[in-house]
Amino acid sequence: MKSDSTSIAIGVITVVLLVAAPFLPNWAMSLANVALCYGTVVLGMMLLMRTGLVSFGHGLYYCLGAYAAGMIDQMLKLPDMALMVAAAAAATAVVSAILGLLLARYRDIFFAMLSLAFSMILYGLLVKSSSLGSTDGFNISAKTIVGIAVADDARRYAGYGITVVMTMLSALLLNRYLRSHRGRLAEAIRDNELRVEYMGSSVRSTVHLHYVISAVLAGIGGAMMAINIGHIDPEMTYWPQSGEFVFIAILSGTGNVFAPLGGALVFETIRSFAYEYSPNTWQMVLGITMLIVMIFLPGGLWSLIQRRKAA
Amino acid sequence: MILDAQGLNRSFGAVTAADNICVAVEQDSVVGLIGSNGAGKTTFINMVTGYLKPNSGSIRFEGRDITALKPRRITQLGICRSFQIPQLFNTMTVAENLMVGVGIIVSAGGGWASSSQRKVEPAKAVTAMLEQFGLEAYRDRQAGLLPEGTRKLLDIAMAMVVRPRILLLDEPTSGVSADEKFVLMDRVMAAVREGNVTVLFVEHDMEVVLRYTHRVLAFYEGRIIADGDPVVVLDDVEVRRFVIGDHAPKQAGGAARHA
Repeated sequence: MKSDSTSIAIGVITVVLLVAAPFLPNWAMSLANVALCYGTVVLGMMLLMRTGLVSFGHGLYYCLGAYAAGMIDQMLKLPDMALMVAAAAAATAVVSAILGLLLARYRDIFFAMLSLAFSMILYGLLVKSSSLGSTDGFNISAKTIVGIAVADDARRYAGYGITVVMTMLSALLLNRYLRSHRGRLAEAIRDNELRVEYMGSSVRSTVHLHYVISAVLAGIGGAMMAINIGHIDPEMTYWPQSGEFVFIAILSGTGNVFAPLGGALVFETIRSFAYEYSPNTWQMVLGITMLIVMIFLPGGLWSLIQRRKAA
Repeated sequence: MILDAQGLNRSFGAVTAADNICVAVEQDSVVGLIGSNGAGKTTFINMVTGYLKPNSGSIRFEGRDITALKPRRITQLGICRSFQIPQLFNTMTVAENLMVGVGIIVSAGGGWASSSQRKVEPAKAVTAMLEQFGLEAYRDRQAGLLPEGTRKLLDIAMAMVVRPRILLLDEPTSGVSADEKFVLMDRVMAAVREGNVTVLFVEHDMEVVLRYTHRVLAFYEGRIIADGDPVVVLDDVEVRRFVIGDHAPKQAGGAARHA
């Protein structure tokens, strides 16, 4: 396949992020980690939005991925980063494949609310499970990466490394997919489901597939977050968390895979600084940012870059 | 017979939209469906494409019973349709609209598209379609912003992208200006002949019907009241009374026929 400018940019940025690792101060690395983890989740939200769907319950898979990673550590005593991410992807794929059977039949607010309901069911289950720490959750520590032991002081670099690599790999694959014939059906379905069916293609199977892809991305994001933070709790599937993903997705726009990644970075940066400088009104700062974006950039932050390209 | 419908019945509550419809269509023919609103033309099209299931009766396509199949499956077998109100991907360009269709064929899961269909070079196939339908000038224009006549043409081109054996056109010239309608129909018919496609089309414009069809089916209250040569059918007493209206000039456009 021909490589496009986005793929090349992904490659370049991956190298830059990895090379920059030793020079990043602590705060910058944790900011980057959170932005990348959120960005991975929002990559999936972007695919759904291109298909015309908004999920208000993707915290479900974000949390599920994190708990799958946690189980690897707690129950199997195999604290390997790669294994945790793989477990998160597998668990979310299975659950979303099953729930997708139902959800792929719904659209609009029904899809949004049903996905919210499922995420709150997980919340309820986790809160009631005292063996999983109930509302407190539990700590996890990843000590190896693909079987190689990582020294304690190098662990945060390993976490950052796997986060960068997995996020960029996700972006690369999603970018490829969106340019494929199957991927292009996303916008076709958003525009006109009837026509897609009358061209001989099953809308429901594509919606189902995109739901599963977005869930797996959310799961990977959750697992990486668990590895980096070292702690997981049921708040990850509570509704404000899912709302945050929708917030970033709308802030970002769906024009390119860099939109969610950039949007997540902008979101985290604003939040960190707003929290630092006005601890009591940081939500208001985010709200005003959203208002400005919605009024002046209905296509999200990515439309700024599109405009520059067009000019 | 490429299409054979026998004893189709369909009612909506007290309204009978199809009353023992029997139609057999020969390959490569062009059949016009006429009738006033509510006569059952679109119901017939909807039953053939699987959108509506008949209460009783059967539809066979190339000898195969398709009565119970879903629209998607029927499309895959080779029956495609256009819409009275164009059904396009409005945020995409004309070329992208066609590319979606080509993409579906090229990547058809389950292998319903023939291997020769799947081997096409997608970009070339789209360009060929644009040329065939005279849409090159609109290639990069957004579909949602096109004039209605162009939208109709694109809608029909979309139905043809998936290389049907039978093409069903629902009022191809409605919403198209009088001086554009023959241009549009000439393009469509040229494409149809090239692809050896059998055509059934619903039409209210008797000039268009006379000019392009080999055979006309006149619908009235869910029944077919006349079936045969266009000139004969349009001259039929019942057809003139129930479908065309008596005030219409006799033999209107009859001399203009050259299909």
